[in-house]
Amino acid sequence: MKHQPNSNIDSFREQILQAAKAGTPLSIEGGGTKSWYGNPNSFAKLDTRSYSGILEYQPEELVITACAGTPLKEIEAALAEKNQVLSFEPPHFGEVATFGGAIGGGLAGPGRVSAGNLRDFVLGARVMDGKGQDLSFGGQVMKNVAGYDVSRLMPGSLGTLALLLEASVKVLPKPAATATLRCHISQAHAHQLLNEWAGQPLPLSASCWIGAANSEEHGELTIRLSGAIAAVHAAIPLMGTSINAKELDPVVAAEFWNNLREQKLESFTNLGADETLYRLALPAACGPIRLPNMSPEIVLEWHGQQRWWKGPSDEHAFAAIKAIANANGGHGIRFRQGANVDPAKERFTKLSEQAHSRALEAVQARLRAAFDPAGVFATNRLP
Amino acid sequence: MIHMNMVTTPQDQAAISALQSKLVSALKPILPEHALLWEPEDTIPYECDGLAAYRRMPLAVALPETEEQAAQILKVCYAMQVPVVPRGSGTGLSGGAMPIAQGLVLSLAKLKKIVSIDPFTRTAVVQPGVRNLAISEAVAHLGLYYAPDPSSQIACSIGGNVNENSGGVHCLKYGLTLHNVLKVRGLLMNGEVVEFGSLAPDSPGLDLLAIIMGSEGMLAVVTEVTVKLIAKPKLARVIMASFDDIEKGGNAVAAIIAAGIIPAGLEMMDKATTRAVEEFVHAGYDLDAAAILLCESDGTPEEVAEEIERMTAVLEKAGASGIQISKDEAERLKFWSGRKNAFPAAGRIAADYYCMDGTIPRRHIATLLKRIQTMEKKYGLGCLNVFHAGDGNMHPLILFNGADQDEWHRAEDFGTEILEACVELGGTITGEHGVGIEKINSMCVQFGEGERESFWGVKEAFDPERLLNPDKAIPTLNRCAEYGRMRISGGALPHPELERF
Repeated sequence: MKHQPNSNIDSFREQILQAAKAGTPLSIEGGGTKSWYGNPNSFAKLDTRSYSGILEYQPEELVITACAGTPLKEIEAALAEKNQVLSFEPPHFGEVATFGGAIGGGLAGPGRVSAGNLRDFVLGARVMDGKGQDLSFGGQVMKNVAGYDVSRLMPGSLGTLALLLEASVKVLPKPAATATLRCHISQAHAHQLLNEWAGQPLPLSASCWIGAANSEEHGELTIRLSGAIAAVHAAIPLMGTSINAKELDPVVAAEFWNNLREQKLESFTNLGADETLYRLALPAACGPIRLPNMSPEIVLEWHGQQRWWKGPSDEHAFAAIKAIANANGGHGIRFRQGANVDPAKERFTKLSEQAHSRALEAVQARLRAAFDPAGVFATNRLP
Repeated sequence: MIHMNMVTTPQDQAAISALQSKLVSALKPILPEHALLWEPEDTIPYECDGLAAYRRMPLAVALPETEEQAAQILKVCYAMQVPVVPRGSGTGLSGGAMPIAQGLVLSLAKLKKIVSIDPFTRTAVVQPGVRNLAISEAVAHLGLYYAPDPSSQIACSIGGNVNENSGGVHCLKYGLTLHNVLKVRGLLMNGEVVEFGSLAPDSPGLDLLAIIMGSEGMLAVVTEVTVKLIAKPKLARVIMASFDDIEKGGNAVAAIIAAGIIPAGLEMMDKATTRAVEEFVHAGYDLDAAAILLCESDGTPEEVAEEIERMTAVLEKAGASGIQISKDEAERLKFWSGRKNAFPAAGRIAADYYCMDGTIPRRHIATLLKRIQTMEKKYGLGCLNVFHAGDGNMHPLILFNGADQDEWHRAEDFGTEILEACVELGGTITGEHGVGIEKINSMCVQFGEGERESFWGVKEAFDPERLLNPDKAIPTLNRCAEYGRMRISGGALPHPELERF
């Protein structure tokens, strides 16, 4: 693909080539709203925010193309004007979050369980590799198998593979109707019910259960229905009656889902200074899990496939989290750490810690070397 | 037809025979007798895939019955540095499973068990040789199905689907293979077992599952796939709308999406196709229409009623000259029958047809169709246009007679020009059929040297010795340089005896 000359891109290239020569990695950063996520480093920052703006957006093509430094809220505002949304609901975690940061982080909000992961929506990317090469992969069309799907390696790579310059992302119409129901049932019951519903033609788009981690006590289940007006209206009594659910006021409901997405619910904001917020990604089959020493409360999203659990920060606690996640076919990470916790702690489960992923460690290392032979992006932010 | 066995000298032939006996004797201890083929009369069915115009005989064909056997075979080939071409059902349309003269064809067809079905987690674990449609059939009693439905779904295998990232007529709403597969278990070229993705929503490290999708058998050999199953909609209805002008049809597609509707299927056929298929299926298509649009809604009865009403209003406003809504399932299938039978219908009116697979942004559909009309005159060949209008994936079927070498060359040039137009209009040379051997030259047009070098980097990250299906999908620097010169000199191959990969 041919691109117009651009001084921002030239300056990125200069920084990258300089870093390659000096042998000092660069830490790619947008608004810095997720700088706490992933393994920390003290390398010089490569700030993407100078390269900002929506490059192409035609609602009938269901795709938006923008520069990595574009504020995420600018993208969402442009979509909202045309009644469209990013269905994976990326968390912002701050006013100044960027499009590139959202993609690099690869995180998704409550809608992920029905809409799919952030990477499912990436159609193309323009990146700069560690040799300063300006490369374009994928495109703006939904179906594209020309060449390997390199653009979909960027989501969740935390800036460790290449510098994202631009990306094209699939967008969808805002659902015609949305309703939120709430009831109080046990964790095991919620897990059972959500999976049963997910296997039926029902407009279930998100779920959240908050309650006691280590007991049969009832917790608070909130579910969101989104879709055609008729489908949502028909589903409210169908799903709500059996669990004695109440429909939430739309404004209250919207605030709840946003606070869940942005981790502004009290369950997240009350993280103790010595505590760690662990994230567990688990298969749908995994029912309630119990661990001693963890916080009494747990938050389940994505029908239980994403769980947030606060607990002690020591290696022993993380090992227990990893072990239980691993045993159930998932993985655990140290997502956020309290103010007093040593930031240098390893945040992720390593490939070598999981059976059948070990061979991928060498593949991943060669892949990184191919895009970044001098180690410009080798910040170890993602092992 | 192109027979790509370039071996000419007796010395070459002797070297190949020697390699063949060495390979066969190394593989014999691993496989039962019937699972290893090397006599030409046994290996000839493997000389091509669904793209029959490109053929080549392999050294041997191995048909492992277990993952362990497949791993052993790879270890032998790796040790001998013999290239391996993995093969599923052989329905691919880009020559991705065309053998390599000094290589082995590794057919996964015998790995065809559905390992497990879990209705609670809506997943099924299947071996790579399981047919796409067999999955949906096996879970139908649970009210579930596997969404991607490529037109070859009766025959094509899930392993092949992973390697082509196959779509189908419903992928606008339900996604491609990428969106419907949770985990792929496979073997690296050195025989190591690896797992990409997991049953959890994400996995540690880089997202390598995404890069396996559509990798055309060049990165790993798929041995097991965990697919997502989804709830079968209670009802589906389709609107068949006629347009007296292709442009109006194209605009109607954009108008539906702009109205915030994601149809379950949105397909278009031009007049030539309508006429060809009507003769074949008698679906009652409007033969005077310049374009016919099929627009499907699925979901609960309430949902479908609401959506059909909205779709009808948009289509009327977009200037449809006729609208019919399927009254029942039988009529819905009848409306679809023509679209689903476009390929056999093309086979009835011409000796051969050449199916293209470019994708373009929706807004350019009419532009491309008009250009194709001009190309029909230029090359003196007819073309039927059927396409997945909802996602801009076009399947022009170029009609020709393969017995006439000149017609085949014109068909190839016609196809290449269509693909170049797709790239120029902001699209891609292949939406779902893959690059294979067929479109490898067009890769030089779509990508620059830097991107192609990165593709080789990806390839070598998985397969450092370049042994797994190495002559497909990603052109070498030399090949692109030569392709550039060939185009300049007007098409005549300067050295037809040279291999160009």
